Amino acid sequence: MRIIKMYKKFLEPFLECLGQFGRLYAPVRKNGVLTYGPIESISEAVFSDEHPLIPIKKLFHPMKFDMFRFGESGFQPDYSMVEKRVIIGVHPCEIHSLLRLDDVFMADPPDPYYSQLRHNSAILGFSCMPTENSLCTSTGTDIVEEGYDLFFIDLDQFYLVWVGSSLGHDMILCHDEFFEDEVTHEDIAKYVAWREKRNLAFKKSFAFRNMPDLMELSYNSEIWEQFGKKCLSCGQCSMVCPTCNCYDTTDVLDVSNKVSGRRERMWDSCMFVDYSLVAGGHNFRATRADRLKLWYTHKLKTFGKEYGRPSCVGCGRCVDTCPVDINVLTVSQALSAREVPK
Amino acid sequence: MSVEIGIENPFQPEAARIVRQYDLIKDHRFFQVRFLDVKRAMSFTYNPGQFLMLSLPGVGEAPFSISSTPSRPGILEMGVRKVGKLTEVLFTKSDNDIIYIRGPYGNGFRLDQMRGKDLIIVAGGLGVIPLRSILYYVLDNRDDFGQLFFLYGARRPDEILFQTEFFQLKDRRDIECFYTVDKVDGGNWTENVGVVTTLFKNLPRLDPLKLNAVVCGPPVMYKFVIKELLNLKIPKNQIQLSLERKMKCGVGKCGHCALDNLYTCTSGPVFTYWDTIHFRELI
Repeated sequence: MRIIKMYKKFLEPFLECLGQFGRLYAPVRKNGVLTYGPIESISEAVFSDEHPLIPIKKLFHPMKFDMFRFGESGFQPDYSMVEKRVIIGVHPCEIHSLLRLDDVFMADPPDPYYSQLRHNSAILGFSCMPTENSLCTSTGTDIVEEGYDLFFIDLDQFYLVWVGSSLGHDMILCHDEFFEDEVTHEDIAKYVAWREKRNLAFKKSFAFRNMPDLMELSYNSEIWEQFGKKCLSCGQCSMVCPTCNCYDTTDVLDVSNKVSGRRERMWDSCMFVDYSLVAGGHNFRATRADRLKLWYTHKLKTFGKEYGRPSCVGCGRCVDTCPVDINVLTVSQALSAREVPK
Repeated sequence: MSVEIGIENPFQPEAARIVRQYDLIKDHRFFQVRFLDVKRAMSFTYNPGQFLMLSLPGVGEAPFSISSTPSRPGILEMGVRKVGKLTEVLFTKSDNDIIYIRGPYGNGFRLDQMRGKDLIIVAGGLGVIPLRSILYYVLDNRDDFGQLFFLYGARRPDEILFQTEFFQLKDRRDIECFYTVDKVDGGNWTENVGVVTTLFKNLPRLDPLKLNAVVCGPPVMYKFVIKELLNLKIPKNQIQLSLERKMKCGVGKCGHCALDNLYTCTSGPVFTYWDTIHFRELI
């Protein structure tokens, strides 16, 4: 791993030059909401500690897109959304979430849409300080060791830049003069102080490592029924969760033609009542308690059984957004204390 | 910047022709299909117990069990119940119409552990459709297996699927067939009356270590059938269950068929009872 140093005044000109590697994407503010989107110039990008409301999965597993065009000659895949991209300002938890999504979508056979978007996107990570509901120290996702091309750690006057891939190395070369190889003892001391300051800034935590066992032990707990009574089945938790990957497909006919159209793929949520409905009307998860239990068991236990680690990356979006306070914090607290928080 | 896409699309539906289709019983129809591409038709192979994703452009896509046996290549067969939008449109199709399929998906039955052993096939209602595949596979490779027992129950005599062909099997000496219905209202039903578990009394004494069982039926049936099979002392990993779940992708991406840490589409739809004994929300 190569770690180099760049003074802050070079950030904007450096990022501008990355347009030659693909279309630039970054968090931008739209109607007051922070969201990932394409940018024309770096000045539009908002680099902050705040998480975009909708996670980065939307750039790789889009909310809605056309998988195929169909007509009399059958189904033709539609890859028109795939383009070369450089995504700037990605926080560590988001990079971890992409690694979790890779576990699913890149497993054999790879999903061609996700894998092409992934292969054609550069990831430029940026460090952040914890926000009100950040839980990434609990989930061990506050630091990244892989999954980026470049990673910038903000140390006030300068950045320490981790070069994570050959593509990242090529990017550096487009403005080699901005970067210094020499990192002084003083710089290292600044980095260590930053890590300590950040570790102390977390306001909330939960016992992530206990959760797989606690989930198993709590399968028949009345806690689920109590949460089930509160849950609105709105699916918001799935939409804002960076590792929720479920989708549904629908065929849409062209307005003017009865044989041609497109097969759309869009996000789905296991919170929705028809999610596990099968032919003949049997529903494997008819109650809200069943569906909540599936969601939390999947996030905090079973994903790990299949892929090595549970899928929660501690971004805190479920804490920010659930209208009735059902989230990894309240669920883990209730399962530990045997009481649903009021 | 445009990019080259050079990889396989596992979701690509392939054109197939309906060779023949006819009603099995009310709202249940049998379809024989063949890939338009002759090479594809002849090279396509699968295991009994696997499934296909069937597409009708403009209507959608859904999973269907394969009901034919790979020992008779070239033709694929499915039995379909009319229960939703896709099947309603499928039922309007005629011979020679084009449909789209992709697959095969899932794991299928564990033939390796069944070879040389005795086998009980237990089917309930529509569950006989995937089991017809293993039934004919065993009959086509008869010397590879020991004694074969086929237990099939439906609600009423007019709900027995494939009645003519299954009743003909009773004349064969290399298989024992037992049929039952829950209820008879008139007619000339001469077979057993009662739920499918009442057929177990017909089975001879068998060596449980040399015995496999495969089961498919409505969710309510599994618990009772498993109890009977455990009474026969069959080891739990020699009981194979084919499970139904909703699937959108067939390859472990869409999440719908998640069952504990596994996907029914990739780790199933066939699970041994031992595999599933700790699944909390199995059946």
